[in-house]
Amino acid sequence: MIHSLFLINSAGDIFLEKHWKSVVSRSVCDYFFEAQEKAVDVENVPPVIPTPHHYLISIYQDKIFFVAVIQTEVPPLFVIEFLHRVVEMFRDYFGECSEAAIKENVVTVYELLEEMLDNGFPLATESNILKELIRPPTILRSVVNSITGSSNVGETLPTGQLSIIPWRRAEVKYTNNEAYFDVVEEIDAILDKSGSTVFAEIQGVIDASIKLSGMPDLTLSFMNPRLLDDVSFHPCVRFKRWESERVLSFIPPDGNFRLMDYQVSSQNLVAIPVYVNHNINFKESGSSGRFDVTVGLKQNMGKSVEGVIMTVHMPKVVLNMNLTPTQGTYTYDPVTKILTWDIGKINPQKVPNLKGVICLQSGAPKPEENPNLNIQFRIQQLAVSGIKVNRLDMFGEKYKPFKGVKYVTKAGKFQVRT
Amino acid sequence: MRKAEAMSASSAYNDEKGASSNIGEPEYGHDPASGGIFSSDYKRHDDLKEMLDSNKDSLKLEAMKRIVAMIARGKNASDLFPAVVKNVACKNIEVKKLVYVYLVRYAEEQQDLALLSISTFQRGLKDPNQLIRASALRVLSSIRVTIIVPIMMLAIKEAASDMSPYVRKTAAHAIPKLYSLDPDQKDQLIEVIEKLLADKTTLVAGSVVMAFEEVCPERIDLIHKNYRKLCNLLIDVEEWGQVVIINMLTRYARTQFLNPNHNESLLEESAEKAFYGSDEEETEEKDEKEEVAALAKRKAYVMDPDHRLLLRNTKPLLQSRNAAVVMAVAQLYFHLAPKAEVGVIAKAQVRLMRSHSEVQYVVLQNVATMSIKRRGMFEPYLKSFYIRSTDPTQIKVLKLEVLTNLANETNISTILREFQTYIKSMDKDFVAASIQAIGRCATNIGEVRDTCLNGLVQLLSNRDELVVAESVVVIKKLLQMQPAQHSDIIKHMAKLTDSIQVPMARASILWLIGEYCEHVPKIAPDVLRKMAKSFTNEEDIVKLQIINLAAKLYLTNSKQTKLLTQYVLNLAKYDQNYDIRDRARFIRQLIVPTEKSGVLSKYAKKLFLALKPAPVFESPFKDRDHFQLGSLSHLLNAKATGYQELPAWPDVAPDPSVRNVELDEVISPSEGRIGLLGDWREVPEWTKCSSREKRKEKVEKPFYSDSEGESGPTESADSESELPSELESGGGSGSEEGGSGSGSEESDEGSESGKEKKKKPEKIKVRKTLPESAESEHSGEEEKSVRKRKERKASSESSSEEEEESSSESSSSESESEEESESEPETKKKKKITLSKPAPKEPKNEVSLLDLDDFIPTPSPQMTPINNIVSNSLANDLQGLSFTDSSLSPTMISPSFSSVKTYELLHRITGEGLAVEYCFSRQPCSLDPHMVAVQIQFSNNTDTEAKSLRIQEPKLMSGMRMQEFPEIEVLAPGETVTVSMGIDFCDSTQAANFQLCTQTRKFYVSIQPPVGELMMPVFMSENEFKKEQGHLMGMNEINEKLTLGEKCQSDHAIVQRVTSAANLSRVPCGSDREYRFAAKTVTSGSLVLVTVVTKEGKAAQLTVNCEKMVIGTMLVKDILQALSQ
Repeated sequence: MIHSLFLINSAGDIFLEKHWKSVVSRSVCDYFFEAQEKAVDVENVPPVIPTPHHYLISIYQDKIFFVAVIQTEVPPLFVIEFLHRVVEMFRDYFGECSEAAIKENVVTVYELLEEMLDNGFPLATESNILKELIRPPTILRSVVNSITGSSNVGETLPTGQLSIIPWRRAEVKYTNNEAYFDVVEEIDAILDKSGSTVFAEIQGVIDASIKLSGMPDLTLSFMNPRLLDDVSFHPCVRFKRWESERVLSFIPPDGNFRLMDYQVSSQNLVAIPVYVNHNINFKESGSSGRFDVTVGLKQNMGKSVEGVIMTVHMPKVVLNMNLTPTQGTYTYDPVTKILTWDIGKINPQKVPNLKGVICLQSGAPKPEENPNLNIQFRIQQLAVSGIKVNRLDMFGEKYKPFKGVKYVTKAGKFQVRT
Repeated sequence: MRKAEAMSASSAYNDEKGASSNIGEPEYGHDPASGGIFSSDYKRHDDLKEMLDSNKDSLKLEAMKRIVAMIARGKNASDLFPAVVKNVACKNIEVKKLVYVYLVRYAEEQQDLALLSISTFQRGLKDPNQLIRASALRVLSSIRVTIIVPIMMLAIKEAASDMSPYVRKTAAHAIPKLYSLDPDQKDQLIEVIEKLLADKTTLVAGSVVMAFEEVCPERIDLIHKNYRKLCNLLIDVEEWGQVVIINMLTRYARTQFLNPNHNESLLEESAEKAFYGSDEEETEEKDEKEEVAALAKRKAYVMDPDHRLLLRNTKPLLQSRNAAVVMAVAQLYFHLAPKAEVGVIAKAQVRLMRSHSEVQYVVLQNVATMSIKRRGMFEPYLKSFYIRSTDPTQIKVLKLEVLTNLANETNISTILREFQTYIKSMDKDFVAASIQAIGRCATNIGEVRDTCLNGLVQLLSNRDELVVAESVVVIKKLLQMQPAQHSDIIKHMAKLTDSIQVPMARASILWLIGEYCEHVPKIAPDVLRKMAKSFTNEEDIVKLQIINLAAKLYLTNSKQTKLLTQYVLNLAKYDQNYDIRDRARFIRQLIVPTEKSGVLSKYAKKLFLALKPAPVFESPFKDRDHFQLGSLSHLLNAKATGYQELPAWPDVAPDPSVRNVELDEVISPSEGRIGLLGDWREVPEWTKCSSREKRKEKVEKPFYSDSEGESGPTESADSESELPSELESGGGSGSEEGGSGSGSEESDEGSESGKEKKKKPEKIKVRKTLPESAESEHSGEEEKSVRKRKERKASSESSSEEEEESSSESSSSESESEEESESEPETKKKKKITLSKPAPKEPKNEVSLLDLDDFIPTPSPQMTPINNIVSNSLANDLQGLSFTDSSLSPTMISPSFSSVKTYELLHRITGEGLAVEYCFSRQPCSLDPHMVAVQIQFSNNTDTEAKSLRIQEPKLMSGMRMQEFPEIEVLAPGETVTVSMGIDFCDSTQAANFQLCTQTRKFYVSIQPPVGELMMPVFMSENEFKKEQGHLMGMNEINEKLTLGEKCQSDHAIVQRVTSAANLSRVPCGSDREYRFAAKTVTSGSLVLVTVVTKEGKAAQLTVNCEKMVIGTMLVKDILQALSQ
């Protein structure tokens, strides 16, 4: 299936290659570079590029292109999903997926890639299994290894490989047994000029961090599971239990993982916590314009709205902006034409405002359209959909674990049309 | 040092060329620890060799790490082969692994040397450690050296019957490797594949199907015997295997089953034609004919149970976190499922659009194709395809495509409004695509053509050249479709020639005027006049079009334009551009008749004014679904290497019995058999896994078996109480397992196994239930509530219990018995949990369930003896309610729809002359929306005034509330007064007891609502209804078969009886055999959905979906009675 993999950095250097079948010359990447040139923007590089003898399927993550070379028919999503899994694995092992981290741990990377694919077909992609085969690098371990000469590679078959719960390794032991859940919800919305909602939905995830000894069997129940409209689960979740009882019943993997993704049914009106008043205009004659934006709280549900950041892609003719914020700081990058206003926490008494003059390229026609405003924000301890975890029960083990749930609401793709 | 760096730069260049000339490179003493791996290892080869030859593992490891780093960078390290290969037998496992990496990379280049390592692997194949066996096989099969093909073949064969499933998996992986090395081995490899396909572990399944797809995808016959097993194992296979298996099974199903949409697809096509085509009448006629034919055929079609099995077992995978799995299921449903069921995949696909942009890109491509064929599926998610300015252009264009496909008469206005914002975007490619999209909407939907045209005309004044050009082009195309009606637009565009400067737009306008000069006979010559004036200043393309215009006008209206044309042609004759000069010369010869001009000029008119066909706006995704969706070929719209065509449906289904396997192989594989092939150690795990599968299936059953479904808790409670009925019900549910109860071949297998499974749990039950039944008279009803409570509490299931439970077959009655078989203390514990939690609903439900039994006069045959203790206490509560059944008697139903039944609260005689009646007005209670409005009518039949009528001491269950009516001060003799009050019954049929006081007397009375009054109607559309119904499946769904009463055959009668039995509102429905009603409960607002489907004769089926199961159960009984009388 997957023939070879090339990692290409933003400068266009191939800094890692791995072949699972016979060797494919790296000149095949020329087709990729060609497409990249044509696309201008990195995000517009088509994920699938046909070449005379191969197909290139690529993803772009952390300023690195992962280009997989395919020779025969294969579902493109299969490859894309796998490449993303590789990226996740790198992040898991090295904390980040940068060029530097990969170069530094090139041998581990190679060992990982060797284990993840066999003849181009995924072999082991569960982090729990891989960590038994190849231990993640830590400073302590590298010191120990250099002294004792022991290795980072496991000698026995990971227990997960053979069991029906491949995601969990056996014989896990912790002195403090903890199970923490983060319920993170993102509001995706498009607001139109007048501030009314064109489209809004809530997407949520539940990330778990579970450090429990033995083989715990957990049951997580919600106060109001009916809110969840569409869900996808980590393979550990027993789907039929969910179908019949609306509880999440699972034997968790060890460590951090995403338990579920959900979408809140669109019928329920989504509460939009902020409002944006804007007045942006470009003068027909002359080379200036006015910019006046206010961000305020609409419904904050008793919680404070923090980390508010507004980013605006200004039209190309905007040379510079002279603005005064009543709160926070702003930057305008004349090269990328991106205005960023870091507001911070919104104080309901004093509404943040950013006002000033836009300098336009003289002589150029005024922009047709006002730029869209992208808003980010964060509300701690609130799940905007109202979803609530009811309780967590553990079976199969004797000890009492520490349990905790944290709620966060964030802006997802939150856009205001002007 | 500097010199060294210079050297490194120069020889690095050589290195990249793959030259091995640097063997003799001088050695520079770098400290191995200090140098970065990437900087200068090329010249350390001697050094590396030395390290590899040493007997210290740490040195070897260091050397191997650096070599691997070189390979990773794509540097040539082949000259180290002899030194590395020696270490293949190294004890250190990490060194060994890295040597393997090296070997696999270079063995092809150094075949002879590679052979040295073979014996090590052969030894490894016999190692007691399964990981070593597996990795030896992995490397051996990855070494691409033709000489060792026989050795590989032998090793694969041996490994295919290894005890360890992991080794067998590796063997499956090795098959395609050997095949690509030597295709002649195909026949032998197929044998191995056949053997491995029979393997029952989930670990092997994905890999062997992968091998099957690469080696012998055409041998579909190998799948027959394993089909059911693969379907059943599917959910437990790892994600990547799932994708491969699902894709393969899609192809398999296409060859083995009949098209479930055969009739619909015919209909659909004709409908589509009617939509686009011109003569609609004709198609309509055809439509009808086809419909008749289709109806005739539809009855004949029965879905193969195996087909159903596949659909059922893949559906849960739509919830997978892996986008590839979701896509695989989606394409399977798209290609295989009946049209009505395909809808389920839409939501999952929309979900995928939240993922990485690459995933979005692929998903959108597929959605674009699907949305052409099945527009309705994605319509509810229209807004999810709205475009954000931050989307990459390629995503924007795809979303636009989907939006265009989804546009229809109803949503076009919203879509056009969206498009309007897109046109202003800064991304000009996207704007151009938006304009084209508008054009396509305009062609497809006649109603908005004019609006679109006007909008596009406005765009002509846009400053951006691209926008104008694109709009002119689109307008041109639109006008070509019906030019006669749009002469005013052509006139408008003619005026624009004064203002528009964009050459492309000017040229397009001129072409339009020339082409349709007959529609604008007065303006056209004038435009030519203006153009002739400015000819010299125009751009070349405009000049060419001026010449064209002149020629066309000359041919149609030579009187007015003869001189102008000649003037233009003369100007062109001396133009700088030779293209224009040529054109002028050519046209002059053609149109101006001279002595010399030949035959051609006769045809000049035909040449210039030929009818040009209107351009077709077609989606680039049209008909792309002949490629299997989700495939690479579909994405590229071109056949990729190795693509397997999706076969067309067969006309006649092949023999389904080929999939039959001996019973024990599919359902309960005997453990001994595995023992022959595999590890004994694995056996328990395996059985666990299969039982996990079954457990899942069991719970799933109610969701997918559509009609006869486990018909609610009543039945199971019943079978629970009577042992003899046990076997029957078990057999019944067993046959259902075979799929959708279509009652065909599969059933004998299913039911047999069901009975077989029965034996064990039954024994347990007999033992356990005896003491219990003595204790609590073994009331079915109570058990029901106990069970409910348990389920709601998400009771613990220790793994052993689970296993036990799962070993029983799907009948729910048995799962109950399992729960009963739990030790008593445990049950008590659970009860405690229940009490400790603030859950007021629990006890109430229990009671109300019982009081239902109390007031239904003729208990249905399923009724079980009532628990005495509870019912006694209830008897008090329910006094005076003997009239309740009257609510159900048809005689009470007055013909008018809105008429209400009145109930007696206080009889004239007991009330000493004061008669009180009440009725449920079915109006929303004005005082509190959560209350049921009750109207009370007092009539004074005495001779004296009744004074201060009021309510006192309401005795209400916890949670219930009552809004009393204002005190009636005086009621004159013979008078009647009506007051209204509100009672919040908390969605239970528990009576509200209170005292009715007059000045002198107190009467104990109670109001008990029939369950049908606890709700108020809600209005919803058919789609909403279906959606909601989808949410309320399983436990929340109650099915009941019934026979319609004599007087209850007509539509009107059915609707009337249902609406009078309960406060429901009718939901529109396409089918005339189906009646839908909806309401929500007054207190909690839970939806209550009622569906009545009439069948042949008097038979009908009643389905009630309600979150509150108690309400649902009671409602079913009420409606059942209303309909069957």
